[in-house]
Amino acid sequence: MVTAFSPDAARGFDDRFSAIRTAAAERFAAAALPSTNEEIWRYSRIESLDLDRFVPAESSTSVEADGVDLSALLADDEPEVIGAGAPDVFAELNQAFMTPTVIRVPHGHTVAAPIVVTHHLAGHVDHAPAVFPRLVIDAADDSDVTVVERFITHGDETLEVLVAPVLQVRAAPAARVRYLALNEAGPATWQIGNQQSVGDRDSSTMLATVTLGGDYVRARTEARLVGPGGSTKQVALYFAGGEQMHDFRTIQDHDAPHTHSDLLFKGAVQDTAASVYTGLIKIRAHAGGTTAYQTNRNLTLSEGAWAESVPNLDIETNDVKCSHASTVGPIDEEQRFYLESRGVRPEVAERLVVLGFFDEVIGQLPSGPLTDDLRSRVAAKLDIGSRQEVLT
Amino acid sequence: MSELVITGLHARVAEREILKGIDLTVRSGEVHAVMGPNGAGKSTLSGVVMGKPGYEVTAGTVTLDGVDVLAMEPWERASIGLHLVMQYPTEVPGVMLNDVLAEALTARGRSIDGLTSQLRTEAATIGFEERFLERPLNVDLSGGEKKRNETLQLAILAPRIAILDELDSGLDIDALRDCARRVEAMSNEPQAAGEPLGVLAITHYSRLLHELRPDHVHILADGRIVTSGGFELAEQLEADGYAAFGSAESEQSADRPVERPGSLDDLFSL
Repeated sequence: MVTAFSPDAARGFDDRFSAIRTAAAERFAAAALPSTNEEIWRYSRIESLDLDRFVPAESSTSVEADGVDLSALLADDEPEVIGAGAPDVFAELNQAFMTPTVIRVPHGHTVAAPIVVTHHLAGHVDHAPAVFPRLVIDAADDSDVTVVERFITHGDETLEVLVAPVLQVRAAPAARVRYLALNEAGPATWQIGNQQSVGDRDSSTMLATVTLGGDYVRARTEARLVGPGGSTKQVALYFAGGEQMHDFRTIQDHDAPHTHSDLLFKGAVQDTAASVYTGLIKIRAHAGGTTAYQTNRNLTLSEGAWAESVPNLDIETNDVKCSHASTVGPIDEEQRFYLESRGVRPEVAERLVVLGFFDEVIGQLPSGPLTDDLRSRVAAKLDIGSRQEVLT
Repeated sequence: MSELVITGLHARVAEREILKGIDLTVRSGEVHAVMGPNGAGKSTLSGVVMGKPGYEVTAGTVTLDGVDVLAMEPWERASIGLHLVMQYPTEVPGVMLNDVLAEALTARGRSIDGLTSQLRTEAATIGFEERFLERPLNVDLSGGEKKRNETLQLAILAPRIAILDELDSGLDIDALRDCARRVEAMSNEPQAAGEPLGVLAITHYSRLLHELRPDHVHILADGRIVTSGGFELAEQLEADGYAAFGSAESEQSADRPVERPGSLDDLFSL
């Protein structure tokens, strides 16, 4: 029993939602901590997480949107729109110790600018904080909204922080929701996130992720379509260097006929970093007329770097169009030679090829000033990696 | 004047000897054609000279103006003035043509001022549609457009010596004319280093050579240059084919000596 996360601690954490906090903490107390013996944690670093080192803390979260009246959109009520239960113990902990941000977009309303939700992470010399941001996007019929969620570290980046965010997206009929997570956390941050979206008839949802930061970063994303004509797209760019590990688990769940899902995850690993992608396309028996695509591509930029890609299909009807593709490998030698034969230096050729590889994802991200410098941030990270190789 | 000198070049691919002793000299302003049937070693020759991975040089030397080319990385070979126009230009997703050329020029210490307008001018000269300048390298281009793109890059980089590896493959007749004329013009005009371009055009068919009139024609068979001559050699080859050429050549050998050693029997076995 980890006492810092006990039901009593949850009850006293915040007056709001006291009952659901306590109930979740009780379920957490009764559950076993994850182990790599379980398939869902098989490649993870979960066993090196010592929860005893952490104490729950409130997340320092700010919300901004240029020229948008946020008071009309932010709500204080029920931070739960999925109602399917927590997918793992970290989602339970989030329920127990959450700092909620609830965005409700009214019927037919288009939010003119992206809403930017920033979580300011900061370590502490005496006790390592565990924070549990909860972001709920509840888009009513025919509404339209873009939300960017950022994770930023302040102060001494070598201090440990655990952040276990939960995202819940509900897209009502014909609603359009675009979401982008930007992980720019410091190198001592552990992030274990859960994202769930449910899309109703003719809705469209996009769940995008850019992960450059963190020590161990895991995101489980479950996009479910429950109404005919619903579509969902997931894209991700991840780039792990040093000893980082990025660990993704995605589910495209077709729970209604004539639904469409698409997924493009592209990652790179360098130095001794690792990445894992595990993806499932689930098409239920009543979900005929469905199309579902899943692509995961990984570049291994150093000998000591490691990437794993595990695509899965679970299809219960014949009336589908479905494909998946997955690759793991170094930079294509022909591409490298082509650029070098023009007189481009090897390190520049590598930078161009890697940026070109990510370009397909960058082009699909919800646009905005926050992603404008993404190419230069990826390039800077490549430079750090090549310097480390020279030193060793 | 620049001079690419290939001497006694032997090279292997996966333990199999492909080049069995190549001697060839290309100088500024000269156009050499190396012709040969499939499997003769044409692409190996271009790959070895440019430093493409996968080839192992077992003997011989390649120098550009006395500098040992074989000791250099591909980008260094390019930076001293060698250029390879590829038979199958590689698609590089997400990488823009002007970014690559800007990096290539910068690495040579050359200015990139006016690159955009220079690209437009060159594109118009060789009939490369301007909208393709905004595409990632070779992605979704037809075979002909890829070769126009290769020729465009050659013109911008303006090297000392260019190796054209089957520039004519995959080209329609108009594109062939546009590309060949541009190369021909470069071989007559001073390039970045102040000298006209030296050209080593490797080809299976003689049709390229009607536009790009070579001064020297070499026949490559089974890893050796079996004979060399002037443009008439290409015409003869066009009329008679490689195998027939072998018999014709043996009849002629009394009055016109073979410049390079090599067995004419190689031609029959192809």
